[in-house]
Amino acid sequence: MSDSFEIAGRRLTSRLFIGTAGYPNRQVMLDSITASGAEVVTVSIRRISLEGYAESMVDLLGSDYVLLPNTAGCSTAREAVLTARLAREALDTNWIKLEVIGDRETLHPDVEELRRATEELVADGFTVLPYCNDDPVSCRKLADAGAAAVMPLGSPIGSGLGIANPHAIELICARSSVPVILDAGIGTASDATLALELGCSAVLLNTAVAKARDPRRMAAAMRAAVEAGHAAREAGRIPKRTYAQASSPQLGLIGT
Amino acid sequence: MTRHVPPHIPPHIQVNGQREPLAAPTLDALLRGKGVVPGARGVAVALNGEVVPAGRWADTALAEGDDLEIVRPFSGG
Repeated sequence: MSDSFEIAGRRLTSRLFIGTAGYPNRQVMLDSITASGAEVVTVSIRRISLEGYAESMVDLLGSDYVLLPNTAGCSTAREAVLTARLAREALDTNWIKLEVIGDRETLHPDVEELRRATEELVADGFTVLPYCNDDPVSCRKLADAGAAAVMPLGSPIGSGLGIANPHAIELICARSSVPVILDAGIGTASDATLALELGCSAVLLNTAVAKARDPRRMAAAMRAAVEAGHAAREAGRIPKRTYAQASSPQLGLIGT
Repeated sequence: MTRHVPPHIPPHIQVNGQREPLAAPTLDALLRGKGVVPGARGVAVALNGEVVPAGRWADTALAEGDDLEIVRPFSGG
């Protein structure tokens, strides 16, 4: 079926993965996730607040979604591996969005630590989805290390700058042995469409919906955007050309 | 001559980065004392860098210097 894709043997029909952070309130978050049509929903793993231990993302989201825990905030392979193991215990899933950040300001991934953590977690039975840099070599190394998909950044996390280097993303998609999920930088619907047009299997986003003026509506727009991008990709875009080429017939012109 | 008795220092542990007196014999007792429901889905614990499955909380003894991380899923991207 061309309208679904697979990661580590799991068939997914929605090409939108959505985050749970930064919504105005819980209801808007739940409504937005519903409107997005996403099956995969990301969560973080944090120390419990021993004062106020009440709200649980697990109870809130229930079993309607594939919960994808992340290792956001980790800056070494060691921290990320422990966070992943805690996530597996907490959520009873071996899927992990692996984040190892090398720079606090730009939040760019640390490729070496990422590869080390990927190897270790794959050996430990995890399905590893690393958030990584947008270069084909980093992506290939992660796939070689056993990553089930690669998730190159479109542009810095939360920046809304869209896909800074579409050519790099296109190259990654063309050369990747595993599904490519564009992660980070999406600002609006057309950015998500472009990702699919370039060959990505899916898009992961959070801020673009959570911080939109109307998150529910943006979530619905994102859903339509990934569907449009995928359809366009499947339909096959026309080649680009430098000069104009009339689309109307050139025969039978009046006055000639 | 009176024998020198060193001051008694009660054992301490680290819980989520905070040093505190060791007041519970087992992991299960410590978590109950903090209002964490045993078996609650979504809570995970690491003791000295290793995950302790919920089924082993009750027979995991705590000792001076232990370093605990108690986590749960939170909102995230």
